[in-house]
Amino acid sequence: MQKIIKITILFIFLFVIGIFYVSLTRDTNYNTSNLINKDVPEFQITSFDESNFFTRDDIKKNNYTLINFWASWCAPCKIEHPILMKLSQKKNLMILGINFKDKELQAKTFLSELGNPYDLLAKDKNGKQSVKFGIYGIPESILVNKELIIIQKFVGPLSVNDYNNIIKIIESL
Amino acid sequence: MKLNLLIFIFIFFSKFSFAKENIIDPNLIHKNLRCLVCQGQSISDSNSDFAQTIKLVVKDLIDEGKTEEEIYSFMSDKYGDWIVFKPQFNIQNSLLWVLPYIFLIFGGFFIFSFLKKRQ
Amino acid sequence: MLSNLGNILLFLNVILSLSIIYTANRNLKISGGVDKNIFQLSLIQSTSIIICFFVLIAAFIVSDFSLITVYQNSHSLKPLFYKIAGTWGNHEGSLLLWAIILSIFSFLFLVYNKNHPKKFRLLTLIIQNILILGFLFFILFNSNPFSKISPIPSEGLGLNPILQDPALAIHPPLLYVGFVGASIYFSAAIASLISNYSEKSFSLSIKNWVLISWCFQTLGILVGSIWAYYELGWGGFWFWDPVENASLLPWFAMTALFHSLIVFEKRNLFYFWVIILCLITFILSVTGTFLVRSGILNSVHTFASDPTRGIYILIFLSLMIFGSIFLLFQKYKKENYDLNRNSKETFILINNWFMMFYLITVLLGTIYPIFTDALTDNKISVGPPFYNAIIFPVVIVFLLFMALGPKAKWIKNKFENIRTYILILTGAIVLNLAIIFFFKSYSLLSNFIIISALFLIISSLMDTAKALKKNKFDFARIISHTSFGFLVLFIGLNDIFSLEKDYNIKLGETKKFDNYSIQLQNLDLKNYKNYQAVIGKLEIKNINSNQTNILNPEIRIYNKPKTLTYEAAIKTSLIKDYYLTMSNIDRSDYYNIKFQKKPLMVWIWISVIMIVVGGSIRLFGNAKNN
Repeated sequence: MQKIIKITILFIFLFVIGIFYVSLTRDTNYNTSNLINKDVPEFQITSFDESNFFTRDDIKKNNYTLINFWASWCAPCKIEHPILMKLSQKKNLMILGINFKDKELQAKTFLSELGNPYDLLAKDKNGKQSVKFGIYGIPESILVNKELIIIQKFVGPLSVNDYNNIIKIIESL
Repeated sequence: MKLNLLIFIFIFFSKFSFAKENIIDPNLIHKNLRCLVCQGQSISDSNSDFAQTIKLVVKDLIDEGKTEEEIYSFMSDKYGDWIVFKPQFNIQNSLLWVLPYIFLIFGGFFIFSFLKKRQ
Repeated sequence: MLSNLGNILLFLNVILSLSIIYTANRNLKISGGVDKNIFQLSLIQSTSIIICFFVLIAAFIVSDFSLITVYQNSHSLKPLFYKIAGTWGNHEGSLLLWAIILSIFSFLFLVYNKNHPKKFRLLTLIIQNILILGFLFFILFNSNPFSKISPIPSEGLGLNPILQDPALAIHPPLLYVGFVGASIYFSAAIASLISNYSEKSFSLSIKNWVLISWCFQTLGILVGSIWAYYELGWGGFWFWDPVENASLLPWFAMTALFHSLIVFEKRNLFYFWVIILCLITFILSVTGTFLVRSGILNSVHTFASDPTRGIYILIFLSLMIFGSIFLLFQKYKKENYDLNRNSKETFILINNWFMMFYLITVLLGTIYPIFTDALTDNKISVGPPFYNAIIFPVVIVFLLFMALGPKAKWIKNKFENIRTYILILTGAIVLNLAIIFFFKSYSLLSNFIIISALFLIISSLMDTAKALKKNKFDFARIISHTSFGFLVLFIGLNDIFSLEKDYNIKLGETKKFDNYSIQLQNLDLKNYKNYQAVIGKLEIKNINSNQTNILNPEIRIYNKPKTLTYEAAIKTSLIKDYYLTMSNIDRSDYYNIKFQKKPLMVWIWISVIMIVVGGSIRLFGNAKNN
């Protein structure tokens, strides 16, 4: 009995120290990019010109959709924009842009200066719609497939790596 | 021994006696949600853009009649378990919730068994 | 130059530590008293580390930016007081503070314990110096405050306004005397085990050290909470943040320890409780340091992180833990308690039981996210809802034991006058009902907590009255226990009766809610030396009493470094605090106002101070008796 207690105590401490050691190299910053393989939520976002709404039905039509949250006041959005422009040339991919907490004039200027990669353009004036998608910062992008499953999440500006990954996915059919 | 049992029953019973409020206080919910872009602050304490958006969404959810638990579920579904300060009652967290009371009870038995020997 | 001087002194200390260990070890084998040389070496060690610290302070005062630590944490425009305080407000500098306390306590323990066995004293010194060596190596090879940077920057980086606060300046030194001071009874415990010094006189050697560290730990926690309340702008004082928990864990162990010492001294029981608690306290201190400085936790308080620091502290911690475990395995002997169920000894045992419960809960809550992340790659948060849910109900019962325990007699107790207790309980219930009647009702659990706290308070006060008549009383214990009861009472009432309202408002608008009407009357822009401030003028009107208060929260825009801070406007009175923060909403002319009414805040602080007063009275009483 004594031996068992001793071995248990020893084991517990070894385990704790082990976990501490392993954790030293882990990233403490929280990231939602592994919240994937879920359904795209039901949504209804006003289009940018306020003429109609976009819903899940608009995404069902396409093989792949990239939903990109952006704003004119966001510096990293400018940095990722060229990648979006390149992606907009892919036939297999539809890009839905959601203008986040922005002013119409500034947003229009942004697009006219840097180009408009969006097949569909919507706006989320108060940011509430983005919460449905689990967005917590700008820019963020979500790659969705025809079955309305979220395949990938990109937190932060799209990198060249991200671009390559997206190409690999949408051209894998 | 009896004392032990009493304590255990009392604590067990108390788990169910947290008052179920009819009107949900949004501040209570804000306090229990974590600001994802801050260093450990709650939505209630944070002035960040993200916090303000979440406050709006929480208000909407309350107006829709969602319960407190449903609101936390909603948030953790969208953002992961990290956003709620109260760990969920699932298998992964079972040890967390249960171990302290297991210790309390076993500790009590342990001590009283020591004492009993010498009665 | 200062850098070289500092490094020389550090190396000198390493040599001194090694010499002390060597000389003490040799002296162990010879008969006779403790070698005078050892005293001298120890004194020189303390002196030189203090000088080393002053060298670092000097570097901060003159803004010697050739030292990386000064560059990163100071600025020539910083006020002198904060330049000095900046010395220990960073990782490297604070380690020097660790080293100082380790050394000073080492020397003083040697000096003040002349009546104790030589082997015990020398072993304590040796173990303590091994700890000192460990820290010196850490400082020299990983976190050296005297490391140089080249080319020498013209200005420093450290002008964070949030860190320039008097409470924050004394918070670390207070805490360090607390949980770093615990090192001495860690070493003493190991020495006691090795030298088989288990007579009750052992308790006399460490008793006052435990009390000193406990008093300072409590004060350190208090000051940290006060700072958080006044400076951080969220209106709370405890968040169950990992760093806060790190300071609370040793406190639980210390509290259990000095209560166990009472039993050990009186009845020569609980020796292994005392030993294990001595070991646990300092182990928890180092664990806390590890959690806070290694970067594995995400918290409002984290220092900048660096994994190599973490590895070093982890190795140090492992050696301490496994060394202690192996020694305990060898030396542990099952004690025959020979206790009656109803006796003061049992009550103190119960106290230990509850303290360990609190300890395990807080420890578990703090490190569980680390485990789930490492094992399942899933990050969870453990915050106030968890701790409050688990601890709250247990405190109710704990308070009752606190009231009964001190009255129990040694060996065999019989509670005379059960009637009195029932009367006190009734009184507590009546008072609680009065609160509900005059103010408002609250949850079932809150009711129990208020009643328990009142029970403790009333019975302690009656205790005092009775003992005053007999002219013998334990002033220290009564003050501390009663104040603890008041602390719980005030925290409970504060929680129940707090009001909080968060809303957006434009200039000139008024918001009405509950009994209050608040108007944002004015916004002022003022320029100061190193910041600009947007000062809001808000009028708070209590509709019932027609009383108005003007509060002026600020949004401060600092330029060096570019930060935004929100200064809360706090109106304190004995009955309640009004607490208001204002922040701007980006791209809008609305302001976000958070208004709080927080009753009895001042009494919460006073209660904690009184708890420390109780401990100090005991300490001075002990010192006088010696």
